This record gives sequence, structure tokens and C-alpha cells, in this order.
Amino acid sequence: MTPAIEIRQVHKRFGSLHALRGVDLSVEQGEFFALLGPNGAGKTTLINILAGLARVTQGSCAVLGYDVVTDYRNARRVLGVVPQELVYDAFFTVREMLRFQSGYFGLKHNDAWIDELLHNLGLTDKADIYTRLLSGGMKRRVLVAQALVHKPPVIVLDEPTAGVDVELRQNLWEFIRRLNRDGHTIVLTTHYLEEAEALCNRVAMLKQGQIIALDTTQNLLSAHAATQVRLRLNPSRLPDALQPLLAGEEAGWFRLVLSDCAALEGVLATLREANVAVADIEVSKPDLEEVFLQIMGKAA
Amino acid sequence: MIGLWTLFYKELLRFWKVSLQTILSPLVSTLLYLLIFSHVLEAHVQVYPGVGYTAFLIPGLVMMAMLQNAFANSSSSLIQSKMNGNIVFLLLPPLAYWEFFSAYVAAAVVRGLVVGLGVGLVSMWFTALPLAHPLWAVLFALAGCVMLGAVGIITALWAKGYDQMAAVQNFLIMPLTFLSGVFYSINSLPPFWQALSRYNPIFYLIDGFRYGFFGVSDVSPLLGLSIVGTCCLALSLATLALLKSGYKLRN
Repeated sequence: MTPAIEIRQVHKRFGSLHALRGVDLSVEQGEFFALLGPNGAGKTTLINILAGLARVTQGSCAVLGYDVVTDYRNARRVLGVVPQELVYDAFFTVREMLRFQSGYFGLKHNDAWIDELLHNLGLTDKADIYTRLLSGGMKRRVLVAQALVHKPPVIVLDEPTAGVDVELRQNLWEFIRRLNRDGHTIVLTTHYLEEAEALCNRVAMLKQGQIIALDTTQNLLSAHAATQVRLRLNPSRLPDALQPLLAGEEAGWFRLVLSDCAALEGVLATLREANVAVADIEVSKPDLEEVFLQIMGKAA
Repeated sequence: MIGLWTLFYKELLRFWKVSLQTILSPLVSTLLYLLIFSHVLEAHVQVYPGVGYTAFLIPGLVMMAMLQNAFANSSSSLIQSKMNGNIVFLLLPPLAYWEFFSAYVAAAVVRGLVVGLGVGLVSMWFTALPLAHPLWAVLFALAGCVMLGAVGIITALWAKGYDQMAAVQNFLIMPLTFLSGVFYSINSLPPFWQALSRYNPIFYLIDGFRYGFFGVSDVSPLLGLSIVGTCCLALSLATLALLKSGYKLRN
């Protein structure tokens, strides 16, 4: 099957800044994919190149097999992009904007789908309001609607939930999840790593213009961050046998790193043998945020 | 072609929604020129034999209004989209560079013609105007609007912000239109200025447009149209090349 997105050896230079240093990435159709990285890592630059808003210095990109430079018309037809910047056109209402956007994609009489989009994004009662009068969250929804007017099979969302309240975030993700279930490929960038963890089946981490991690969310979680357990002990003394597991100690809490949950049983047995009672215990499963920090730290 | 038509329609709607500013105000300011200059000079100046000064002035003012508004339309629309960032709405869809160009220029032409027609209609109240060669008048009007519409696109592409835009408008477009023979015939100028005026393409627009009304002009209308046509073509090709290259739009 043709990959939804194929990025081959992409370099991008802005003057002396080498923003992307040989990025290779392939996203399969139907994936829910996260592109993560700190500010300035090159996520938006990569998206801009895919969308034709920026041009590669070297390398090539294709969306559903259509090269974004040589076959830009087809590439843009199959791609929907929600830009990070909260942009709007002050002259027009929500419905006018959506009609124009449909027209730019060559679609006439798109009102049935526009109405469905408005409904799904909770914008129905805002349809005839000037976009400039909407709140930030509402403007964000309009951007999502604009990106979807042409029912693109591949959808890229560049930090769609930045500055958006919890309720809208959940509504938005519910909607995007539904699109994914219907077969749309979703690529998103976000700084809320719990969102990426909950939604995405695969993750790429970008740092200083290079991909430093690329795997399924599950593999990243199990490979990089072990289960952690925090213990308060009575007497407050960690048996020697457990010292190798100790990762930190603060305010009477011992923090141990375990390979998996099953190892906890051994820890408790050792404590019992040493006649040390457990006064309090906290077990934390690894999350993507920890993995992210670890990988970013290692690559430093 | 649906993309082109949509963009053209959006550009029309954009200026129509603020027509007080985009149509009525240039209409009023042009009519103020007409009112003042015709009052002061009607009794004293006769440029062409048998043509009163007010009559002489009207085609010049109409053309000037068309040029300024054609320029203002494409340039202000594009710079606003660039500055607000909503230009991405046009860059993400599969619009071709020539569709982009055609839509912006066509809207500039419509705005220019609407304002020009408005000025022309109201000025009928001042004096009766002959219309010796209407086709010539239309040709020069179209050429002028296309030319300045293209210049408007180039300016807005190049400008980093409103300040640079205003600089081009005030230091290039305004002097070129004011010094192009709107208010006088260049034959009345000293030789140096007369020679210099012949390098100003807007002079040929005004002169040729005026020929359409009176059948009299400073240079032959055919020469004028060839020069204007060449400028139009060159500027259009330059604009198309800039848009195709993604100059300052797709970095």
C-alpha cells in the first residue's frame, strides 16, 4: 500500500540554520501518528514542507504517492492541514470561509458536508458570525473545519489543542478519532504528551532537526521507562539487597526502578525478610512524558 | 477553474463588504479634485482647442482613480493576508500560480472600473463629454487596471509590512500618476520634463484614454497602446514568475 506520507532524506536550511538534517519518515495509511519534539525541533518546518508552505533544501516528500513539488495539485488535494497559528480572515463569516475553502479545492455545492462539519465541531450556531468575533477556541475549530472541507484522506494537525479548554479538547479528539476509524490517516504534533499517548499508535521524536526515536507507542513505553515504585518504610532503611534498584530518595520516600510490575513481588519479599514494614507505597506506570524526557536527555 | 472563480469572487466580496472605503471614498476624493481644479482653471486654461479644461481633466481623473484603486485592491488584499497569516488558506489548496494571479488581477480590474465608472458618471453633471473612440478608451482602461493590479501584487509580495507598502504607494505610484499628465498636457512642459514624462508608462495610459474621448492626444494612440501593452505583458510575466517561484510566500 502506498504510504500516506513519505519523507526521504529531507534537509532544510534557513540561512545558516540547519533546521532539518536528513529526516526519513514513512507514515502508513490509517495510522494515528504523533510527531513530538521540543520547541524549535523542526516539527512545523516538516509539516510546512509537506503542505507546500516551505520548500526542501534537499530530499523529497510525497503524500499518498504524490510528490509535494512536482505533483503539488494532487498532493494538496489529499492533504488537510490545521495550522498552528490561530489565523482567520476578518472580512468573512464562518460559512463564507468554508465555502471559499471548498471552492479553492475545486468543490462546488459542498454545503451538506459543511453543515456536518459545523455540527460535529459545535459551530452550527456560529455559522453566520464573522470569524474575527469568535473566541480563540472557536477560531481553532474553524481552522479544523477549513482543513477538512475537502475530506482529505491525510490530515495533519499542528498543535490543535494549544490553548484550548478541556471540554473542547475532548470533543475535538473524539471527532478526530472518528475520522481515523473511518480510514483517515492522522498526524499530529502536540506538547500534551498524555494526548499523544492516548491517541497515537506510533510516535516519532524530533530533536534539532533529526528523528531520534521512531517506534510504536507501546514499544517506546516498555523499552524506555520502567515501572517506578515509591516506598515509605518503617524503619526507614532500605535493605542492602535493594540498593541497586534505588533511583532516588527524598523526604523519607525511596524511589525504586523496576523492570516490570512483576518485580514488585520480589521487592516486597526482600523487605519482609529484612523485617522492614511498608508504611506507604505508590506505583507509577511509565508514561510517554517520561520516555520523552529520557530520550531527549540522552540525545543531548 | 472553480478555484480561480472562487478566489475571484472572494476578492470581489472583500472590497464590496468595505465599499465605503474602497469605492465611495475614492469617488469622493476624485470628485473633490474635479470640483476644485475645474473651478480654478476652467476660465484660464484650454489644453486642446475647443475642449474646456473641465472636460480635459475628467478622463485624466477617471484614469487616475482606476489606476490607484486597481493597485490598492490587489496590494492591500495580499499584504493583509500576508500580515495576518491567513494567506495559508490560499497556499494550502491546489490553486495554480496563474489562477492566483488571474483572480487578484481580475478583482483589481473590477474595482478600478467600478470606481472609474462612478467618477465618470458623476462628472457628467459637470460637463458634457464626447466619446470619440469608446473602444480605445476601454482598451486603455483595461490595460491600466491590469498593469497596476500586477504592480500591486508585486509590491505586496515584496513588502515586509504596511510601511514598505505605503512607501511604494506614496513615493512611486502617487508621483507617477500625478506627473503623468492628469492635470496638464505634457506639451506644455519644459523640454527636459517632457522627455522624462515619456519614460512614465502611466503617461501613455492617460494620454491614450483621453484620446478615446476627444480623438486628440499627445502621442499616437497606436504607439501608446503598444507601449502600454508591452508594459502590461512584462509586468504580468514578472508577477507570474514571482508567484510561480513562491517568492516570499513559500520559503
